Order: sequence, then structure tokens, then C-alpha cells
Amino acid sequence: MRNAFLKELFELAKKDERIVLIVGDLGFGVVNPFMEQLPRQFLNAGVAEQNMTGMAAGMALSGKIAYTYSIGNFPTMRCLEHVRNDVCYHNANVKIVTVGGGFAYGAMGATHHAIEDLAVMRAMPGMMVVAPGDPVEAKAATRAITEFPGPCYLRLGKAGEPIVHQAEIQFELGKAIRMREGRDATLICTGGILQTAVRTAERLAAEGIQTRLLSMHTLKPLDTEAVLAAARETHAIFTLEEHSILGGLGSAVAEVIAEADVPKIPFKRIGVPPGFSPYIGSQEYMQERHGLTPEAIAKTVENTILQVVPSTAT
Amino acid sequence: MHQMTVTELSGLANRIRQHCVRMTGKANASHIGSALSSADILAALYGRALRYDPKRPDWPDRDRFIMSKGHACTALYATLAESGFFPIQALETFYQNGSPLAGHVMHKDNPGVELSTGSLGHGLPVATGMAIAAKRDGRPSRVFCLVSDGECDEGSVWESALFAPQHNLDNLVVIVDYNGIQSLGFVKDVIDMNPFADKWRAFRWSVRELNGHDMAGLEQALTQVPFEVGRPSCIIAHTVKGKGVSYMENKLLWHYRAPLGEDQTKALAELEQNQ
Repeated sequence: MRNAFLKELFELAKKDERIVLIVGDLGFGVVNPFMEQLPRQFLNAGVAEQNMTGMAAGMALSGKIAYTYSIGNFPTMRCLEHVRNDVCYHNANVKIVTVGGGFAYGAMGATHHAIEDLAVMRAMPGMMVVAPGDPVEAKAATRAITEFPGPCYLRLGKAGEPIVHQAEIQFELGKAIRMREGRDATLICTGGILQTAVRTAERLAAEGIQTRLLSMHTLKPLDTEAVLAAARETHAIFTLEEHSILGGLGSAVAEVIAEADVPKIPFKRIGVPPGFSPYIGSQEYMQERHGLTPEAIAKTVENTILQVVPSTAT
Repeated sequence: MHQMTVTELSGLANRIRQHCVRMTGKANASHIGSALSSADILAALYGRALRYDPKRPDWPDRDRFIMSKGHACTALYATLAESGFFPIQALETFYQNGSPLAGHVMHKDNPGVELSTGSLGHGLPVATGMAIAAKRDGRPSRVFCLVSDGECDEGSVWESALFAPQHNLDNLVVIVDYNGIQSLGFVKDVIDMNPFADKWRAFRWSVRELNGHDMAGLEQALTQVPFEVGRPSCIIAHTVKGKGVSYMENKLLWHYRAPLGEDQTKALAELEQNQ
């Protein structure tokens, strides 16, 4: 996803000199084409996220489309008030881009686990929040947010994620992509866990449970129509994210269905429990420890549906 | 734009101070001392140094001024009104329900305000971004940023202080309103900034120290930036908190207390006398 983003941004920046990429001293080996070929559109802010974010706002207020780029928690939480006051309050055309969403840097330790970023950024006034599911979505998202004139958070995974979308996609900010159709349950996922969601749906199908699968690449503004349709047309909703279940996709979806006039159906947030993960390890290991494998998720889905069926039958 | 003489600039500063006293008193608000210490600096900027057009607040080639010490907003609002950005009568709405003139600098619906501030340590990073954007676009704009001394406790100020010389931003000017008093005491007792000028020099800024109430000196320094080609400029303006109202001068109390009743009458009488 990181490479898809940087490649697309590089292409866009060649044609639009308003685009500037400001990195927080990160991107060894991958930002080089940008740095070398578009030096007047590139800045290394050094290890100083507050200044990086404030500068991005200042550049945006002078007509630039300013991208900041660093690892998960750094250009978001480290400088959060600069995001809120300098970027959001001035509706500055700043795009905050992170790599390492979720447990992509799982072995690096809890400082590098980005599992509250979506919740925090979703709370920022006027901030669009986008978490693409694979490199295809990442590329399309890069183009779309560049065209969108306002603050945006783009949460990427790392390098080397599988391409999930084999065909061309219709990508529209704020509009979920329906990847699969089914009536027994809807699985709504955001971010790089998309491949896991696809495998989960396949697994469930093999066991006779047909799921609708939505890639909710835009977390804010949320595609409430897609959520409400799922509540009306399918028999259960599960949200899936490599993120705390507090404040991210699960919370966003719950807020919509709790306030809507829709049938009461089973609903469960699948993600990381709030708190620091007690584990460190590869992304795969971390997913396994947190029950984020297709097997574990499928089991959660089955158990939830089975628990409900007898009670609704009586 | 008419370029004011030193006498005219002093007259402007005096009017700004009177507005500040009236606004703060009517609103029963804090920070009159901080506003009064910066009045001469603002007068010198808007009356002489800055290139702007109040009829075109979005003119791309304008100079930018960022009031990073947002709590001293009355001084900025008064200066902008005196400079033609909005009517002077609007100052009467300061701090009132529904007014755009909030108790910290707010940009919404206030033409001429470049940046909302209030949390300290935000102005210089944004000013740095504006300066580098102007450089890269080949525009003549310069960016002036007024910070307080207490504000320099914030690490973000020093992040920008490190960055700007690295990129030779000689179109960036930071002015420190060094009145020596911060929220809970004298700066030297809270976190002593000394040797203050040496700190900025060590960060590779071109530094001048001056008396922030000497209008001729302010006028001279602000029209001579950059002090060195290829370097950002830092002006450490030694000021007096509450300057211009004898009973407020150098008193921490007037970081908070509003000039009401007889206090206000006395303050205005002193200022009118010195007009």
C-alpha cells in the first residue's frame, strides 16, 4: 500500500506543482524518486512532528496541497493539537498519511502499534478518514483525496500487502465497496485487513453462511446508507478492523444503527480489545493472538449467529 | 499605503492601547498586560513594515503576520481595525455572545487574521510553512510571527527554530515580546530563558535585541529584515508587561485582572495624556 501511495502521489505531483510531500525523516529507500526528481515539492521536516504539521498547515494556507508522512502514531497523536487547531480549524488542505496501520510494525513494540489512530482522527473536526484495504484502493484513494479540498487522514499498511481487487474498482470517497453478496450476515471491514475479511467470507460460505462483504475504505464520512441497508437486508452485522474496538469502525457503525429505525439484529465489533497489546511479533502473529484470522473471525460470526437463532426462535 | 512617521506610529500604538483597555474592561477579560506590552510592536508592523491591503486580505503577495501569543488578541484586533480591515465599532463586541472577536485570536469572520491561536507554540510552525511556500513559489511575501517569552517553553517553537535556518528562510521574522512575566510568575523564576539571544544565535538565526517600546528602533529593525541574507531574523524585544498604564507595569496581577470602573478611567486618562 505504501508503494502504491507513493507511486501515485509522485505521478500526481509531476502534473500538479501544488502538491508537496513533507516527511518526518522517514521513508528510506521509498521516497527517493520524489525527493530527487521533485526537490521543490519535497521536504524532510526532521524528527519534529509538531513543526511538520504546523508547516503543512502554513503551506496549505498558501495554496499548497500538503502531505505529511510518517509512521502511525507520529504525525497523528504526537502533534494532535497541531492537527486540530492548525489543520482542522483552518480547513487547511493537509493530508496526513501514515504507514504501519494496526500491527504492521507489531514486533517494534507498543509504541509502534497504531491501534487508536482511527478513533483519534475520526474525532478531529472536519477530518476525512480513509483506510484503504489493498494497494488498488490505496492508489485510488490517493487520487481521490488529492482532489478533495480539505483535511484528510490516510491510513496505510506497509509494503507488500496482497492485491485483493483483481478487477478495476469504482472508488468513491464515502462510498463502501460491496465485494460479495449474502443475506445471512454483513461483514464490514476497513483497512488492510480486507484480505482476511475475504477469506473469512469464503470460509463462512463453505459452511453455508452467506455474507455481504463491504470494504469501508472511508471511515469518515461513513457510508451510512450502506450500513442501514445491511441492517435492513441482512440478518447480522460484524465490523472488522485491525484497530481498537473503541472509537473506530465498530463504534462508527454502532452509532449509526443504534440511532436508526432498523430491525434489531445481532451486531458485534471484531478488532483489538482496548488497551495495550501484551504481545509483540509479526503482523500475522499479532493477528492470531488477537483473534483476527479467518478461522477465528468465522468462529466468532458463527457463534454470534447461533447464539441468537435459538432465542429469536422461541 | 501611507507609511507612518515615528510620531504617527506612537500615536497608533497609543490608540491601540486605549482600545485594549476599553475592550478588556468591557469584557471583564484577562491579558491586558500582555496586550499592552505588544502594542508598539504591532503599531510598527501595521503602520510601517508590513505590505498588505485591507481591501484584499487574501492578496497572495501580502506579508503575513501571525500573532502566536493569541491571548493578547485585543492588541491585534485593535490594530486590524485601526488599519482598515474591519470597523472600529466592531471592537465593542469583543468577548460578547455571538461575536467573532473571541478571547484568543480567531480567524473566522475576522478579515486580516491569518491564523487562529490561543494554544501557545503554534504560530511559528505555521509561519515557517508560509515562509517556505513563499520562497518556493518565488513570491515576495515575508512572514512575521510574534511569540511571547513564556511561549518559548513550548518545544514546538524550537522545532521551527531548528528548521528555518536549515532552509535559509530569510523571509521569516520571529519577534519575541520579552516582557519577563508569564502565567504564574517571572520568566526568570519559572524557566529562565537566558541567555535568550544566544539561544537563537546558536540555532543560526540572525538576532537583534532592542527596546520594544522604542518606536524609532522598532521601525528601523522591522524595515531592515532580513538582517542577513539567507538567515531567518529574530528580534528580541525587551518590553514591559502592562506598558503605558503605570499601575499595571511589570505586575503579574494584570495578566489576569480586567481594568474596571476607576481603574479603567485612570488607565484611559494616563494614555490620553501621553497621546
